[in-house]
Amino acid sequence: MTRVYLDHNASAPLKPAVKAAMVQAMDLAGNPSSVHGFGRAVRRAVEEARAQVAALAGVRPVQTVFTGSGTEANNLALRGFPGRRVVTSAIEHDSVLEAVSGGARIPVDRNGVVDLAALDRRLADGDGPALVSLMLANNETGVIQPVAEAARIAHAHGALLHCDAVQAAGRLPVDLGALGADLLTLSAHKIGGPAGVGALILADGLELDALVRGGGQEKRRRAGTENVVGIAGFGTAARLAREELPGTVRLTALRDDLEARALAAVPGARVMGAGAPRVGNTSNLLLPGVAGETQVMALDLAGVAVSAGSACSSGKVKPSHVLAAMGEDTGDAACAIRVSLGWDSGGEAVERFVAAYAAMAARLARAPAA
Amino acid sequence: MNSLGISKRPQDTRVVVAMSGGVDSSVTAAVLREEGYDVVGITLQLYDHGIALQKPGACCAGQDIYDARQVADRIGIPHYVLDYEGKFSQDVIDDFADSYLRGETPIPCVRCNQRVKFRDLLNTARDLGADALATGHYVRRIQGAGGAELHRAIDPGRDQSYFLFATTRDQLEFLRFPLGGLTKPETRALAARHGLEVAAKPDSQDICFVPNGSYADVVAKLRPGSVEPGEIVHVDGRVLGRHRGVVHYTVGQRKGLGIGGIRGAEEPLFVVRLEPGQRRVVVGPRRELARSVVTIREVNWLGPDLAPGEGLEVEVKLRSAQPPAPAVWHPGPDGTAQAELHEPQYGVAPGQACVVYRGDRVLGGGWIAGTGT
Repeated sequence: MTRVYLDHNASAPLKPAVKAAMVQAMDLAGNPSSVHGFGRAVRRAVEEARAQVAALAGVRPVQTVFTGSGTEANNLALRGFPGRRVVTSAIEHDSVLEAVSGGARIPVDRNGVVDLAALDRRLADGDGPALVSLMLANNETGVIQPVAEAARIAHAHGALLHCDAVQAAGRLPVDLGALGADLLTLSAHKIGGPAGVGALILADGLELDALVRGGGQEKRRRAGTENVVGIAGFGTAARLAREELPGTVRLTALRDDLEARALAAVPGARVMGAGAPRVGNTSNLLLPGVAGETQVMALDLAGVAVSAGSACSSGKVKPSHVLAAMGEDTGDAACAIRVSLGWDSGGEAVERFVAAYAAMAARLARAPAA
Repeated sequence: MNSLGISKRPQDTRVVVAMSGGVDSSVTAAVLREEGYDVVGITLQLYDHGIALQKPGACCAGQDIYDARQVADRIGIPHYVLDYEGKFSQDVIDDFADSYLRGETPIPCVRCNQRVKFRDLLNTARDLGADALATGHYVRRIQGAGGAELHRAIDPGRDQSYFLFATTRDQLEFLRFPLGGLTKPETRALAARHGLEVAAKPDSQDICFVPNGSYADVVAKLRPGSVEPGEIVHVDGRVLGRHRGVVHYTVGQRKGLGIGGIRGAEEPLFVVRLEPGQRRVVVGPRRELARSVVTIREVNWLGPDLAPGEGLEVEVKLRSAQPPAPAVWHPGPDGTAQAELHEPQYGVAPGQACVVYRGDRVLGGGWIAGTGT
């Protein structure tokens, strides 16, 4: 049985050109901080990659800090300004929600779009300078957030705006200036790069407290010898994400086809966030009464890989805080799956998904109610 | 007919194995996999491992889950972890605490089998298109003329039938217990032959969510303020001392009463009954524990149909570590029954199970609601 991978929002398969760049970087010996020729050659590879990632975010290389993951970049952003209170949306990734304790949570509407009026009110309450964190595209629903408007509101109140663009890169422009953001998080493995590399983009001249200390790397913003191979892969993945952005309309058409056919085949199924603008690769399908984890297992046993909620490292699935924030009651919030397409997805994957989804739903409809 | 009694080739027979991460369920999965079945491993996350210790919730804790995944990977089967914390907390842990506060001595493992593994997990297995759910319990399922029967394990020292009395006929049809015919050393040898790291893992002890064996502490944490001190009273009315809360005691208990040197305690004293309403622990000599009649609620019956008023000669087991005692079983209305013991039994505690046997076969059982002389 060939397996179909429709979980790009968890991690995208490595693109061949990325792999080639990484293999090339593996032959470099030396530490980028070393003064000798070996070190300089490795440093060149890191800086080339930095320029490519910076270009994806529309900034200068000096504004780009490599980290060990998107999670680390989010932590660096949220914990980098101890004098500011943190205000986030209710649907952020755990790496934002749990980076600091006691942060304010701004609600979202039925479609999963943040309530900007509530953000404005929260920032106007005069509780001191704030750091607002708002994702560009939600990882579970793909719903696009009004980051530029949020940035204007934040700045009007003297707040900074951090944007977690991990799920948006490669699917939407992630230009720091156009978004009006002060900080932007990127991750390599969501765009066909390797896992284990992320980046935090900083507005020109913005300084923050380092999380990882004890070395001068990344201009003292992140100590530790650079993950040269991973960074080289990230650079190429970032270049491809920028170049291939116009091609994502193909995925949007594929996703729309998948949704139309899934809804036609399975009565009662719903698409979450369909009333709001969404990135083109993500579909959140809710089937009332059937636990998302059961759906994921049944589809996996049929050779189709999707996910439910966000899995933690034990593989255990939690009910979605995103769907709960969108007003789904706790029962239905646990009944959704996320289907996410990517660069290697084609029509055959959609065929396989729809067939497996319909077969699963038919079997579960016959099964006695749990 | 394949080895599980299903008319399909093993490779066309999907079996979900409930994998706890221990040696028994690991061997169950390995054996079925070796026979060529389409085996799917599922591990239930039942409780936060910090619950008894009041550590902050860690979602990814648990050596047992890790072990189960390693075994599944080793034998090459898909494996999933399901979050049953909410269900377990509601259906097992709450029941455990409330039962203790009623002055009973509950058996949460039976509730877990009844309400979590054989109800919710079994439904999930059906949802996944499985033909059977297999567990590592030491008990035998024998296909009889009138359907599946539940029998004791071959190894009497390992037999777990007492904990499975609440298995319904419908559940039993779907369940399989491949280890029922094995001894524990045979199971460990199989684990070693399959190269499973859990081969030498110690057996789990006590109740899984009470890691240090202190039930009263767990009850006190689950129901703050409910564990209150009171009097220890002799059946003849004398107040003999104070206790730290009725949850610390169980009917039949002799040790740890803290009244050893009391005047007038000329013979050994046992807990005769608990009166949680008055916060009283009532003690008396052993003869006060003698019970000839046990009333039972929530009966699950797997035996032959009985006419109303008809009695059946059976053996009943009233404590997990006690041998069965001959009795006459009288079914009553609304899932109740009465067991008339041929010889009085001692230390029959409300909340414990009364499991009904005839030889090796489990005919059913229920919860002890009350006792009489």
